[in-house]
Amino acid sequence: MTERLLRVRGLTVRFPLRRASPFASRSWLTAVDALDLEVAEGQSVGIVGESGCGKSTLARAILALVTPQSGTIEWRGEPVGRDDRGGLRRMRRELQAVFQDPVGSLDPRMTIGESIAEALVALAGPQGRPAAAVRVNACLDEVGLDPALAARYPHELSGGQCQRAAIARAIVGRPRLLVCDEAVSALDVSVQAQIVNLLAGLQRRHGLALLFISHNLAVVRHLCDEVVVLYLGRVVERAPREAIFARPRHPYTRALLAAVPRPDPSPPEPAGEILSREPDTSPGPAAKPAAGCAYSARCPFADATCCAQAPVLEDTGGGQLIACHHWRTLPTRP
Amino acid sequence: MAGSTLASVMTDDGLWIDARRRLLGNRAAVAAAVLVLLLVLAALLGPLVSPYELDQVDWTLSPLTSPPSLDNGHWFGTDSNGRDLFVRVWAGTQVSLLVALLATAVSVVIGVAWGATAGYLGGRVDGWMMRVVDVLYALPYMFFVIILTVVFGRSLWLIFLAIGAVGWLTMARIVRGQALALRQREFVAAAVTLGLPAHRIIARHIVPNVLGTVVVYATLTVPQVILFESFLSFLGLGVQEPLTSLGRLVAEGALEMETAPWQLLAPSAVLAALLLALNFLGDGLRDALDPRQG
Amino acid sequence: MGCVTPSIRGRADVANDALLAIRDLSVEFATPRGVVRAVRDVSLEVRRGECLAIVGESGSGKSQLLLGSFGLLAARGSARGSARFAGEELLGSDQAPLRAVRGTRVAMVFQDPMNSLTPHLTIGRQLAEVVLDRRLLDPQQARARSIEVLRAVRMPEPEARVRQYPHELSGGQRQRAAIAMALMTNPDLLVADEPTTALDVTVQAQVIDVLREARDGGLSLVLITHDLGVVAGIADRVAVMYAGRIVELAPVRELFASPAHPYTAALLASVPRLDTPVAARLASIEGQPPRPGEERPGCAFAPRCPGAFERCGAVAPQLRHDGARSVACHAPLADSGAAS
Repeated sequence: MTERLLRVRGLTVRFPLRRASPFASRSWLTAVDALDLEVAEGQSVGIVGESGCGKSTLARAILALVTPQSGTIEWRGEPVGRDDRGGLRRMRRELQAVFQDPVGSLDPRMTIGESIAEALVALAGPQGRPAAAVRVNACLDEVGLDPALAARYPHELSGGQCQRAAIARAIVGRPRLLVCDEAVSALDVSVQAQIVNLLAGLQRRHGLALLFISHNLAVVRHLCDEVVVLYLGRVVERAPREAIFARPRHPYTRALLAAVPRPDPSPPEPAGEILSREPDTSPGPAAKPAAGCAYSARCPFADATCCAQAPVLEDTGGGQLIACHHWRTLPTRP
Repeated sequence: MAGSTLASVMTDDGLWIDARRRLLGNRAAVAAAVLVLLLVLAALLGPLVSPYELDQVDWTLSPLTSPPSLDNGHWFGTDSNGRDLFVRVWAGTQVSLLVALLATAVSVVIGVAWGATAGYLGGRVDGWMMRVVDVLYALPYMFFVIILTVVFGRSLWLIFLAIGAVGWLTMARIVRGQALALRQREFVAAAVTLGLPAHRIIARHIVPNVLGTVVVYATLTVPQVILFESFLSFLGLGVQEPLTSLGRLVAEGALEMETAPWQLLAPSAVLAALLLALNFLGDGLRDALDPRQG
Repeated sequence: MGCVTPSIRGRADVANDALLAIRDLSVEFATPRGVVRAVRDVSLEVRRGECLAIVGESGSGKSQLLLGSFGLLAARGSARGSARFAGEELLGSDQAPLRAVRGTRVAMVFQDPMNSLTPHLTIGRQLAEVVLDRRLLDPQQARARSIEVLRAVRMPEPEARVRQYPHELSGGQRQRAAIAMALMTNPDLLVADEPTTALDVTVQAQVIDVLREARDGGLSLVLITHDLGVVAGIADRVAVMYAGRIVELAPVRELFASPAHPYTAALLASVPRLDTPVAARLASIEGQPPRPGEERPGCAFAPRCPGAFERCGAVAPQLRHDGARSVACHAPLADSGAAS
């Protein structure tokens, strides 16, 4: 019976927007809107979406880097609030993160060995210090770095090497869940593949769960068993990997998948369906419709119900969840 | 992406090595550094080289104050009491530098701690901490120092404490700005994710990364302090006899400006040279350490 | 100059000759630690009406190649060699031909539109400035042209956009505005340096459509990118660069179907795709791309190449031409038909 590691319920994170005048009422940007999420032991869940969908904010809320307005985050059954010191400490021992900027996520004034050792001491307590050097070398080895690099500074290493060092720092405390916030997006293509393989290997070897946030659908497909699609702070679809890539149901998911350019110069298939109505309405921060489905402004199938009432996540069977009023009646792809 | 790789290759020796190279390439800054060094050496060695003592009155002179001359060994002349100015100027420089360094040290320690904490914690704590700075900034510190010296008497320690207690304000503001920017960097987020407590993060991650700025502004604070101390001395509130400082010497020399101009000339020249050199050096350091160069 | 033609389509001659001919171009930067060679003796042609994609990773020199050809290098950079645009030498001691074509017959679009767009001027003002500064049109015509060009790049509600500031537009709209700015003078050549990298994938598709339409209308396009998917969608020919050199040059179909250079093949294999089965491991290339300035004898890719042998570490392979394809490798891949 696999344990449920992380459970997020009704999470809402808002940021205040600048007021036009001190007398105007404050308006808010809702980055994450009443979101539910679960990650089980050993599972790799991918979070995809475009800019403004709230995936990075979601990651930061889970890591307790921002305070949510409402909602709960439970770690292994225990709710953890941002001011719950004991709970946070327990959670942080088992929940770690890798960030987008490989060089920037390491302190420029510390060697990577020092950064990793600091992590070990922070997570395992001062009793970890004597054995730190050994453990640091073991972690460097595990991520494919020569232990001699422990004495180097981040600016002396390449992006790929820095990201490996950041991963070593994240796993030194033997976490159960690793949050990867666009962890490969800033890397060269050839290096991306190395890091993806590394993460997959770590997952297999240690039963590590992954929460992999990315805008790159192909990488997510490679790495994750389950995929969650976000749009403007809400989950629009969640399904196992095979289902979501072979049979996407939500109009946004389908638009997203269709837009990914294939590295294949054969003539494009004739445009079968209209997937997104307006030419370019990438949502700006305040572009969310006041009521109804967040995607209704762009959806070619939207009708009055969609504009009036926000859909809830429904189970379509086979572990696939979708938030759409019309999922039963949408034309399916040939 | 290619552009950024190129940029990083061109400037990737690390902050200090790169800064040293830039500084050495800045001729004005190098000349200034040499001048500062020479002035410090002169201040230390000057009194030893001269045949006269600090407080020694040369009764052979008539009148007691005499212009500079090479034969009687009073290379800068003597003051109204017949004391050798060469020794007094360099001894005074020692005191001015000492006060400046100690006061700057105090303001750095308090300013960095205050600013780094305020900047990192942000929010309301930052607001209150910086309001305190704003209020203190608004106080007329000259009166504050005068009151302190009146209450506690004139002692060297009091002087530098008073100056340092006021000088930290600017340093705090500057460090707070840097800390606010650093807070957004991913390595700070990583440190928070590790569960490091705030004081550890401030001490291990914020402060070491603001040192570049701190060095620059400390170098620029030193001349300000020297000037401030000189001003206090000019008002008669500075160091007491038998100690002297550049400011006192300038004050005394100003009184005799019409009849014995050399009394004003030597200390003013040294003061001006010191201030100028330190400012140039501080500017050079700022250019060298600014990561946006190149 | 011909910029008053009201449309970006319908160019009279799309003959198959070289619009931009780069010969033995090298770009160097003087750094405190010595000379860094970003581009090494590259020769390349861009023909009229085609889209040439230049593909490479960081340190490959792909951006510096075009920046160097058009005199846009940073202060410590210098370009040697020849770059001829429509027959006129751009890198000679006479700067006149360069100034004549830059901004009018050749335009550039960069990765971050906020770098091309001035934050405090309206879109309309910036677009008009391009032609007003050079006195090519009067203000009335400039305004009309601005709206026409915005329409051509499929900007929604162009009349409203001209009065807006860059920060009021979304990322995709800003990039379209930047492309529109480039198209104001009806240039012959558009150089786009990672134009879609900073954009969401749904917007990316639309911006690529705009570029493709411009190319179909006769505009020559140089697309610098690391994204092979984008290349497949729009390029006619592809040049692959590694460590400052071109390692392979081929028509797009041939490149994807049967790459000749091991680096190209490895790159194609390491990109995760949506249309192939998921393998346990992505085929990755060991090691990392060399940093600009790293000098080594022989082929720069040899340390990472699975097929490297002795000669590869000693002698740098020359770019050999075979019909429409060129490859710089001592042992090109056999099934490509370009084996030595």
